[in-house]
Amino acid sequence: MAKEYTLRMGDGKRIFLTKERILEEIEAGTADAADLGAIAALSGDQMDKLAEILMMPGKTVSVEQGMEVPVTHDIGTLRLDGDQGNSGVGIPSSRLVGCMMHERAFGADTMELGHIDYSFKPVKPVVANECQAMEVCQQNMIVPMFYGAMPNMGLYYTPDGPFENPGDLMKAFKIQEAWDSMEHAAEHLTRDTVWVMQKLMACGTDGVNFDTIGAAGDGDFYGTLNAIEALRKTYPNMYIEAGMAGECVLGMHGELKYDGKTLAGLWPHEQAPLVEKAGANVFGPVCNTNTSKTSAWNLARSVTFMKAAVEAANIPCHVDMGMGVGGIPMLETPPIDAVTRASKAMVEIAGVDGI
Amino acid sequence: MGMPISHIMASGMTGIRAAGDLVARMEFSKNMRIGEAKEYVAKKLGVGTMDLSDEHVMRELREELDIGVITSVPGAAKGIAAKMNIEKLLDIEINCCDTFRKQIQ
Repeated sequence: MAKEYTLRMGDGKRIFLTKERILEEIEAGTADAADLGAIAALSGDQMDKLAEILMMPGKTVSVEQGMEVPVTHDIGTLRLDGDQGNSGVGIPSSRLVGCMMHERAFGADTMELGHIDYSFKPVKPVVANECQAMEVCQQNMIVPMFYGAMPNMGLYYTPDGPFENPGDLMKAFKIQEAWDSMEHAAEHLTRDTVWVMQKLMACGTDGVNFDTIGAAGDGDFYGTLNAIEALRKTYPNMYIEAGMAGECVLGMHGELKYDGKTLAGLWPHEQAPLVEKAGANVFGPVCNTNTSKTSAWNLARSVTFMKAAVEAANIPCHVDMGMGVGGIPMLETPPIDAVTRASKAMVEIAGVDGI
Repeated sequence: MGMPISHIMASGMTGIRAAGDLVARMEFSKNMRIGEAKEYVAKKLGVGTMDLSDEHVMRELREELDIGVITSVPGAAKGIAAKMNIEKLLDIEINCCDTFRKQIQ
């Protein structure tokens, strides 16, 4: 009987595959990305290398010595003190304690402060509180310390925000009204984000981490690119990290452009030049995990997209590798064997500048 | 917690245990790609790029340069004081250090 290796499904379930089957899955995953993005598939050597990483006998694997990269963080300290039934583990602790634990106990290369909702809009009424927390953190921390939040343009639509929900408008065939609503929301998103970050820059933050850009479609990406551009004009030395929500920008509006380029339908290698043009220092490309596919398929697909983004960018690329992205299983407790294999593959095959 | 710590152990530079914060600062402040950032920091520190992830090398060097370590060292620079030393070492400006300087003028 052929030897079988332990892998994972996209939802984290343990599976057993032969080497031949792993190679088939890798080939199908890279072909899917190549087809969708019109980019190069992994070469034969790269596919063999990926298979080798997936078949390594140890539970955890790591990059070769000398190939280490900075690991940046999102979600602030919420993974410690957050307690909403998601990835937060509900340890009662201040955000300063959380930041210092990441720096001094966990070995984080950068850290960030984030609001419990982790979106820019709800930060507005409590921005003074965020500024105080940032000042205290900056006084004690040494690693680069960001303010992190999601643009989350969905919060600007009814019932949570002032503008009518474009989904409802489209269902009623009110296309122009839906477009107007998205454009207004994007303007407010830009304005709010810039306002919040002006306050935090005055309190010493190193910069901003935009997390899950484009979650509400092309309007979300449009509003954020304009915010990045405005912040860069005001703060030439500000650290700006722009992390995406998915591999493809959803065309909720369809007509929005930045730098003459239609945003709807852009893949990571096409997003990178726009993020760079807007003024970000680091781009965080994403590839979502398909829970019905194997980790070999998902990782091959993700590495293919990230490799193309790294090649297209002139700025560093820190691939997003949280739960459900970057070849990581979609699970609150992602298996360490799968996480470390994905981590190694992204550095050694995709050539990312960080995670 | 398994996800971020797993990444740090598998691929990370381990922050101020070694020189991960310094390499990250060059990526963010000067848009340097990973190879260039490591070369720049290594040159400024007078070590090889392999040493940047070596806790044994960096522990002593960080103390000597007074740029912050993970444990308590009485009298050593911490927080903003350590970052002011990092500014000089890497020839960069750090926002919170600028803010601090303005406050004490």
